[in-house]
Amino acid sequence: MSEIVKKFLYLNRKAPYGTIYAWEALEVILIGAAFDQEVSVLFLDDGVYQLTKGQDTGGIGMKNFSPTFRTLGDYEVKNVYVDRDSLAARGLTQDDLVQIAWEDFDTEEEVENIVEVIDTARVRELMDASDVVFSF
Amino acid sequence: MADTIDVNGKQIAVDEEGYLANLNDWEPGVAEVMSKQDNIDLTDEHWDIIKFLREYYEEYQIAPAVRVLTKAVGKKMGKDKGNSKYLYSLFPYGPAKQACRFAGLPKPTGCV
Repeated sequence: MSEIVKKFLYLNRKAPYGTIYAWEALEVILIGAAFDQEVSVLFLDDGVYQLTKGQDTGGIGMKNFSPTFRTLGDYEVKNVYVDRDSLAARGLTQDDLVQIAWEDFDTEEEVENIVEVIDTARVRELMDASDVVFSF
Repeated sequence: MADTIDVNGKQIAVDEEGYLANLNDWEPGVAEVMSKQDNIDLTDEHWDIIKFLREYYEEYQIAPAVRVLTKAVGKKMGKDKGNSKYLYSLFPYGPAKQACRFAGLPKPTGCV
């Protein structure tokens, strides 16, 4: 569609509830996905909690939007990264995180889980390589 | 509260764009009443999409944008239905916007 494809990186650094940042970031990502840019999403610091499995928001009266992250693949976001140090500092591993599937409808290429845990060096490379960085 | 629609004698609140104010108020009658307002006779094909949207929302807590809806319908119901021509023939005001309204979902994320 658009001739210029830029690399967008969304940084999610905050816990899913308590502030509106996480939900707003997700909405921006989903809306932005309509513009056919190359989108990567990176979770770090408390942001890694956004991807944890088994969230229950019943006690705080907020919508549990964690299932919505699993639509990122449908919105053609193919790169979802999680900072390894942030996970480790919170006693979490990849097993604690949701899986996000991705499928190319035309070629039927499938990826079972696009969530990738990366180390600090990769985080740095990712930021360097991005044209636009949004931090939430 | 802006407005209400009358569904079998029950007053159900809708927002200023006609979407249900409260998702839990949905019943099939809501789709009947809304489609009548839009001059559409609901067929089984319409209901398939409405049902699909409700299931999608149930699973992902989001109303899909039209592009995503088209793709997801194609995956589930076949490519003859997963295209915008087919979906627009059912829902001329936009498959995501109009069908989501009938299904009692909020306006899709990514629609302005």
